[in-house]
Amino acid sequence: MARLNPNSLTIAQEIIARYPVPRSALIPLLHLAQEQDGYVTEDAMAHIGELVGVTPAEVMGTCSFYEMLKREPVGDYMVNICNGISCHLLGSENLIHHAEAILGVRPGGTTADGKITLEAVECIAACTEAPCLQVNYRYRNQVSTEDFDQLVSELRDDNANVAPHGNLAKVRQHIGEERRAGVSPPDGQGEPVWMARNPSDNGDGS
Amino acid sequence: MTAVAAQDLKIITSRFDVEDGHTLAGYERTGGYAGLRRAMEMAPADVHGEVRTASLLGRGGAGFPAGVKWGFCPPGVWPRYLVVNGDESEPGTYKDRLLMERDPHQLIEGCLIACYALGLSQCFLYVRGEMAHAQERLAAALNEAYEAGYVGANVLGADDFSVDITLHWGAGAYIVGEETALIESLEGNRGMPRLKPPYFPASIGLYGKPTIVNNVETLANLPWIVSNGGDAFAAMGAESSTGTRVFAVSGHVVTPGVFEVPFGTTTFRDIIFDPRYAGGLHPGRTLKTFIPGGASAPWFFDEHLDIPLEKATVDKAGSMLGSGAIVVMDDTTDVVKACHNVVRFFARESCGKCTPCREGTSWLEKILSRILAGQGRPQDLDLLMDVCDNISPGINWPPRQTTICPLGPSAVSPIASALERFRSEFEAYLPATPVSVTSTSGVAS
Repeated sequence: MARLNPNSLTIAQEIIARYPVPRSALIPLLHLAQEQDGYVTEDAMAHIGELVGVTPAEVMGTCSFYEMLKREPVGDYMVNICNGISCHLLGSENLIHHAEAILGVRPGGTTADGKITLEAVECIAACTEAPCLQVNYRYRNQVSTEDFDQLVSELRDDNANVAPHGNLAKVRQHIGEERRAGVSPPDGQGEPVWMARNPSDNGDGS
Repeated sequence: MTAVAAQDLKIITSRFDVEDGHTLAGYERTGGYAGLRRAMEMAPADVHGEVRTASLLGRGGAGFPAGVKWGFCPPGVWPRYLVVNGDESEPGTYKDRLLMERDPHQLIEGCLIACYALGLSQCFLYVRGEMAHAQERLAAALNEAYEAGYVGANVLGADDFSVDITLHWGAGAYIVGEETALIESLEGNRGMPRLKPPYFPASIGLYGKPTIVNNVETLANLPWIVSNGGDAFAAMGAESSTGTRVFAVSGHVVTPGVFEVPFGTTTFRDIIFDPRYAGGLHPGRTLKTFIPGGASAPWFFDEHLDIPLEKATVDKAGSMLGSGAIVVMDDTTDVVKACHNVVRFFARESCGKCTPCREGTSWLEKILSRILAGQGRPQDLDLLMDVCDNISPGINWPPRQTTICPLGPSAVSPIASALERFRSEFEAYLPATPVSVTSTSGVAS
């Protein structure tokens, strides 16, 4: 049951430094913990609380509100079939029933080999590509039952070119030390200096 | 002919077909960051003036004029923040994700212009958690823009303009698209809307400071407005709905897609039936109904097809353009199931803070479920309307609210629309012999 490892901790500290108030980093840090372990462990929540100065209970309070943050182990691949209105109109329910039959689990369940967790989710913003799904938040568009079977066999062979659950963006924001404008606490700041600019005055020579 | 030119003009989707439009090289080659340079030659207040002149309506759903919203920052209170609402989740809505994935620098440039105009000292770019590709495109674009001197310390070499843009990402919650819930989430809390007043975070927002919350599409318009002038923007589209807007047309159409069209002059008939857009219905099908502006909007029918995609006209006709999502249903649609689908969405996504929404949406969903299961009771259709009336007294448009945010009343829209128009289809689901109350899966009325 893992706290953040040294590599995650380095990334965590870089993330925290981008906010005027450390607590704002909570959700990105919970994602980071999930990236490390595949889900958010209790130890990781306690560690994150220490990093941003809140109690483990407060971290849990935030964590438990958001659907993407899993507090129990899930499969290597989350297969989230969209059941929003546009996908519903184009057969998402058939696709979900098909997935249940092929995988032998209901939405929320994980296959016995621990590979795949099935979810029926609300709109994922690919409405013109209905019916659609996401595998670890990567889109598959206009998915037929044949496409789904193909996907499952690729996932079972780890051959779908999808990173394990917990990985989101492949690129992280990184701000070089010298390029930073500088983050200040919310109190005690005055009017930004550029607000005094009046280029037209200069043009007039006045 | 100018009308044709206007039809073809793309303001914010112009780089969707440019293969490297998401990179700094591709963006600079196609005129990128010219708006920022132009803005920085102007006084900040004059940049704000151009946005007012443009009459740019917010593109997130409520359609409030951006220039006016900007003006709500109380004078002399610092710092002020910019929060970008990239938490696009309204069913049917699908434009901000493309704007973030395909033209991230345009959004970044829009953020910088807003920060310059209003003295916003830091920008937080809140991207929906499920949009991993948008997050990495924005991260890559921000890294490039920082390196090249567009973002961070001394923007474009200026010794007096420095601003950080912090990429932030959510973790799955529709309600976070409501701007005060977005701020709660950005502060590391459960994403529940804040009690109003204050009505606008521009007075009290992030960390209790004046905060401008703008939608992705709204900000993406700023580079063009500053480069070409607010007047040129206002000259496009209709008088009260200026510029262009991006609409996603999905459901039972031949060529579903995301289209940028002149705002206010294109009609629903154009965008649904024109081969340049959604291409109409499949052969032999007829139109049953369509949702004009996302799942929260009351439904429209045949008689509404010639209404222009213009805010005031659509409002007056009893619905809204909302977030630019048009969902088309043909005659093969089971409206009871469609209605249940939309109501289930709101029941699942209710944050639970206000009783009428928390209890009301889940009861609506349960009652519709039992109707679909053939377990409906004769009084259920009236009961649905009664629950709706408790969430939104009078069931009118625009809705009255008994809740802090509009999520609860949004669940009323599909029921009121579908029941009024297709009551017989609901009745057809009711058993011929009423089921005994004790035999129904524990649901009491």
